[in-house]
Amino acid sequence: MNNIGLLTIFMLSVFVGFEVISKVSTILHTPLMSGANAIHGIILVGAILITGDAHGAVQLTLGFIAVVLATANMVGGFVVTDRMLEMFKGRKPTPSSDVVQNGGAK
Amino acid sequence: MSTPVLFAYWVTALCFILALKGLSSPKYARHGNMIGAFGAALAVVVTLCLHGLGHRWFIIIAIVFGALLAVPAARLVKMTAIPQMVAIFNGVGGGAAALVSITEFVRLHDTDTNAAASAVVFTAIVGSVSFSGSMITFAKLQELMTGRPILVPGAQYVTSAIALGALGLGIATVPASSVPLLVACGLLSLVLGVLFVLPVGGADVPVVISLLNAFTGLTVAASGYVLDNTLLIVAGTLVGASGTLLTQLMAHAMGRPITGVLFGAFRGGSTAGSTAEVATGDRAVRSAGAEDIAILLAYARKVAIVPGYGLAVAQAQHTIRELVDLLEGRGVQVFYAIHPVAGRMPGHMNVLLAEANVPYEQLKEMDEANPEFTSTDVTVVVGANDVVNPAARDQVGSPIYGMPILNVDEAANVVFMKRSLRPGFAGIDNALLYHPKTTLFFGDAKDSLSKLVAAVKAL
Repeated sequence: MNNIGLLTIFMLSVFVGFEVISKVSTILHTPLMSGANAIHGIILVGAILITGDAHGAVQLTLGFIAVVLATANMVGGFVVTDRMLEMFKGRKPTPSSDVVQNGGAK
Repeated sequence: MSTPVLFAYWVTALCFILALKGLSSPKYARHGNMIGAFGAALAVVVTLCLHGLGHRWFIIIAIVFGALLAVPAARLVKMTAIPQMVAIFNGVGGGAAALVSITEFVRLHDTDTNAAASAVVFTAIVGSVSFSGSMITFAKLQELMTGRPILVPGAQYVTSAIALGALGLGIATVPASSVPLLVACGLLSLVLGVLFVLPVGGADVPVVISLLNAFTGLTVAASGYVLDNTLLIVAGTLVGASGTLLTQLMAHAMGRPITGVLFGAFRGGSTAGSTAEVATGDRAVRSAGAEDIAILLAYARKVAIVPGYGLAVAQAQHTIRELVDLLEGRGVQVFYAIHPVAGRMPGHMNVLLAEANVPYEQLKEMDEANPEFTSTDVTVVVGANDVVNPAARDQVGSPIYGMPILNVDEAANVVFMKRSLRPGFAGIDNALLYHPKTTLFFGDAKDSLSKLVAAVKAL
């Protein structure tokens, strides 16, 4: 794609990025940060592409490390965000408060 | 790339926008995260199935390996340690993005255009800073090193010199198209990341994680430009933009400008001054046992609970709820006062108390809680320190000066439950501990609360 096209995409993404989170409440700051963190794990796609084209031991090694790190970022990021958000579901008065209590005591 | 692949990438980009949108509302946050994970998985699977992709099994093994490292870590980490987990995942992402661009440069450096080479340099610098900076924030939060700002005289000149050096090497890399120069630039940037985070005080670390998160996003976007991959550009830019805004929001919630968070420690020896004060401190404190405090609480009309990191560490959220239920049974009016940055991450306390099924109506945010303290008989501070430190209000030179705090010193009595007289995470002495209306109750928060519960029951 030409540079102007890419620049347009970049600019629009900046605005969307600002817009979608402009009304976030304080309690969600950390999960949101963590979710955004998982999203940039999409660099895994880039890591796969460069490793696929790699020639020689140096490039393969760099690619391998990049894929491992990117996977950790993406998978770990989504899992950890889900764990944080799990905690928010107990907000309504639940009949099973004993179960929750036991679960949390471990 | 074929049209179906590009279409799949487009779907992924859409998923990411919806994910961020969902994550900013409590109701849809979990769905948002799932949508994001789905989008990411789709893009990865489609990429792996690309026609003519070399080393396919090698890549799959690397992915499995990475997942095996990350999933157990993410699942087993304690709730209190989650911020440092986020820091690590962010750091490795930044490192991966830098490696992707560098590898692409190594592979194609003769044919690169100047624009692409500049993008490579950008990822090498910013990705490396994000990687090493995140590792330092991890070490700080994990208490592998002190949470206090680390200041070496003249540090700002060294940091500036290294930043200029990295930039110079980067600029030289572009026309020379030289791999060794690029590697040197990346290594120098790793040092820069360390120096960048060292002077940041412990309480400000979450803001820095958020900033480095935005950095990694931009690095990914630049890698996308190098690889001519629109998905990476869109996703990276989304994170870069939303991460920047989020960093500002977080800094704002702490009542500090972002420059104050990053460079505050450089302005004068305020931190050193407060340490000296601790050293001179054999001022008298008043401590009491469970029975005395139980009586104080049981015969109060209105009690405020201020939870902090100590409550989270001790996993005492269920015990505190038991105590509050007992007190309410005796007709005492009780509320929880929640500081936005109590604990180690914004919203930490809400999460913790929600887990113990504390009714939402009992939780008061700072603005709502502060007018209540003048009419409160007893305020119980459980494992919090910096967020109630009057120095933030009164002591102009203090590193936390200007941070909004809970005005617990306006209550008639203050009970501090602490493990020791050690200062809080920011490393600043708290004068309130020595105030005549303050009573200290030493011990682990959970033990102390259990004793209090028993003592109130015995009354």
